[in-house]
Amino acid sequence: MLFKLSLKNMKKSIKDFAIYFLTLVLGVAIFYMFNSLDSQQAMLEVSQSTRQIIKLMLGMLGFVSVFVAIVLGLLIVYANNFLINRRKKEFGIYMTLGMGKRQISKVILLETLLVGIMSLAVGLVIGIFASQFMSILVAKLFEADMSKFHFVFSKEACIKTCIYFAVMYLAVMIFNTMTISRYKLINLLNATKKNEKVKMKNPFLAVFVFLFGSTILGYAYWKVTADVHSINTAEKMLPPIIMGIIGTILTFWSLSGFIITLIQKMKNIYFKGTNMFVLRQINNKINTTVVSMSVICIMLFMTISILSSSLALRNTMQRDLIEMTPVDLNLYKTANLPESYMSYGKEIRPTEQQIEDSRHPIKDTLINNNLDMNVLKDVVEIEVYATNDLTWETFFGNKFDEIKKEFPGLDYGTAEEIVKISDYNKMAKLYGINEYQLNEDEYIILCDFDSQKELRNRVLIQGDYPLTIAEKVYKSKYNECKDGYITMSTSHTNTGIILVPDNCPLTEEMKEMYLLSANYNATTDEGKEEIEKIFVDNADSSNLIKSLNDNGIVIDGLTKISIMEASVGLTTIAVFIAIYLGIVFLIASSAILSLKQLTDSSDNKQRYTILRKIGCDEKMINKALFRQIGIFFGAPLLLAIIHSVFGIKFALSLLSGLAKADELLPSIIVTVIIIGGIYGTYFLATYFESKNIIKE
Amino acid sequence: MEKILEVSNIEKYYGNKSNLTKAINNISFNVNKGEFVGIMGASGSGKTTLLNCISTIDRVTSGHIIVGNEDITKLKGNKLNKYRREELGFIFQDFNLLDTLTCYENIALALTIQKVNSKDIETRVKDIAKKLEIQDILDKYPYQVSGGQKQRVALARAIITNPKLILADEPTGALDSKSARQLLESFKYLNESMNATVLMVTHDAFTASYANRILFIKDGKIFNEILKGDSSRKEFFEKIIDVQTLLGGDLNNVI
Repeated sequence: MLFKLSLKNMKKSIKDFAIYFLTLVLGVAIFYMFNSLDSQQAMLEVSQSTRQIIKLMLGMLGFVSVFVAIVLGLLIVYANNFLINRRKKEFGIYMTLGMGKRQISKVILLETLLVGIMSLAVGLVIGIFASQFMSILVAKLFEADMSKFHFVFSKEACIKTCIYFAVMYLAVMIFNTMTISRYKLINLLNATKKNEKVKMKNPFLAVFVFLFGSTILGYAYWKVTADVHSINTAEKMLPPIIMGIIGTILTFWSLSGFIITLIQKMKNIYFKGTNMFVLRQINNKINTTVVSMSVICIMLFMTISILSSSLALRNTMQRDLIEMTPVDLNLYKTANLPESYMSYGKEIRPTEQQIEDSRHPIKDTLINNNLDMNVLKDVVEIEVYATNDLTWETFFGNKFDEIKKEFPGLDYGTAEEIVKISDYNKMAKLYGINEYQLNEDEYIILCDFDSQKELRNRVLIQGDYPLTIAEKVYKSKYNECKDGYITMSTSHTNTGIILVPDNCPLTEEMKEMYLLSANYNATTDEGKEEIEKIFVDNADSSNLIKSLNDNGIVIDGLTKISIMEASVGLTTIAVFIAIYLGIVFLIASSAILSLKQLTDSSDNKQRYTILRKIGCDEKMINKALFRQIGIFFGAPLLLAIIHSVFGIKFALSLLSGLAKADELLPSIIVTVIIIGGIYGTYFLATYFESKNIIKE
Repeated sequence: MEKILEVSNIEKYYGNKSNLTKAINNISFNVNKGEFVGIMGASGSGKTTLLNCISTIDRVTSGHIIVGNEDITKLKGNKLNKYRREELGFIFQDFNLLDTLTCYENIALALTIQKVNSKDIETRVKDIAKKLEIQDILDKYPYQVSGGQKQRVALARAIITNPKLILADEPTGALDSKSARQLLESFKYLNESMNATVLMVTHDAFTASYANRILFIKDGKIFNEILKGDSSRKEFFEKIIDVQTLLGGDLNNVI
């Protein structure tokens, strides 16, 4: 009997359940998608070392999923609470008919169970299909081979989703029972009768607060963009954030009052159609929704910023990566090991063999340690010099105090790296990057790490900037840093290399490091992976590695393959988690806004009835409703977009050198699609459901 | 005399074949321009159904209702809304003012939804407010004014569009006797000086005594019709009480 009642209730109020159901289904689908990543086909196709990173990613996703589950759980409780409130009168009638609270709880319990099972089923089906599409995305991110397509179903993810959501539904059930047991019959029956006093804000106060709020926001915007270099520690990021939050709240608190004061002055807009009604309606409601609007705005801001900057970051890194890894192999070895030196507070005494080896180029060491040099081609080896007489501090010279004050965190004792011009040009030719020419008394600084470049340029801009290298004075050929690098990396991170003429009196003691670059002598990817194994130190080491280890000789290295995999993996983890969180935040804020609107619509049914009675036709009423809901959805989005413009700029300047503004466009398009899809769906669902509510 | 409203042989049935309720059973009457007509009857007599049919909130089962020269039972969709918006003014027992708007805006709303120029709105609202003596409360919200004032604001909203016909459903139902008297004086003023045509449903004899003509309805039929003629309001009131006694309903109203 109770089951029948529950079933009939649901059929009857299917429209009321729409938003609730939508939220549950989306939640389940997203949860499944991100938790089924490991068994997705793309993951099976990627190479071994990437798999390690995927494991790391899954660990992190699992951790994030707990957080997501809590957010979704709270959201479901909130959505459910809305439903219960909508049906107070119905429960009141049950109680007058002699139904006990326990029985009512049972009815609701059954309903929750039914909705839960249905949404779980629908959500899983959607999730399973959507994850096939996500496989394609994953494949693109990890550059996996997707030529053979299989339909994948992850049992673990399915079970995990079921368990997590079962726990959430259980929480909802307990919450419902608690709510019901607190109800009093009289309140239930009179729930719809409510006398609302309209509290109007003082218009002058509203205008003042609005201006004040905008000023705070403006200052925060200025702080994170134009004045961004003053934010050099994590704590200094806090004030703009707090200002942003306060500014947002103040703006929403006063926005409607401000706008209504403004528009009331424009009589031909205010007194036109239902404009007056819509504006008053918003003004009336916004008072009670300041906090939730602000929260939604901030959530949307986070979603937009996270989504677009993470995607942009990834794109930029990918592009840099290809550019920055022109050869297969970089090897480097410390030159001129002294008899003893301090490392991390410990004295280290290299063996004689090590000292002897450190006086020879890497090529000799490789040959001495049984490497068949035929596996390599295009071998170029150069020497890098450094001296404690030429550090960053000496380089900055007259500007040192000023720069140190601004950036106290930099290590100014770092010795500058010096390379002979002919050596550099040999390397540059191999890398396919710019070669340079120098006169007798000139030097060039190569630097492509944006923030460092900016600092160095402050000194170089003075023109013919003199520098003493090996007791000889040189002047800078250019008034700025030039692009270039000698070692591969994941992005533009060269903080500075000084190029000097070949006849510069660099001494043997100043020789700091040997650097060898080469390509693998193979034409296919498989062949290259075979050669890669010779140089990578892992469980089954090659003869070369064994020999080097036996002799205690340390050669560091970078390979194109390892850089690619590590970097792609790490950015991908970041992007995945960002998208996951972004979408969950988006669902949460859309759902809260929807429910808030629906509550308002049912509270304000009477007002629409009056409009109808004084002769408004349905078209006018629907237009008024559409505009009203549109403004409620639009206002937080608009402010969030404005926030994001500055937020993304700030994020880009924090990650200077990693992401570029012009990389943003594609990721902004993706963000727009995601937000438009989810937020738009909720907007339309809210509009149609509200339309139904006011028609009743 | 110009005929504003012509109701001819209307019927309204509820229910199905086995259980048919005739809410209105063949009613015909006319209302001329400038008339103040009261409709009386006990609860369930069909007076509100009649009003709903005239206001097109409800549809008749058969018969015709002609307002001006148009048969409103044949109107559909947008024309129906246009008719309601432009030809009719409504006054309800529970005021039906929007609590989010000021009194001024409540009155203006009736004009804005007719797309009246914003410059005209101000003069028209001020003009009607002066006539109904509500100038002082125009900037207040409905919750800040008394019931009588609210109903006069509603009256202003109904009359401001210059409707052919004002329909009032128990306008004094929620008012105390002093406010009710004041409101009825306003009705009388509008009727006499502005030549407004009013059709008022009530079950209160005192309220009805302000009308020029009263139709009594019982069980869906017109039971009686009395005219005020040249008699004073007090005499008319007594006449009404007599008919009510004859009707046998609503004994409570006979004081």
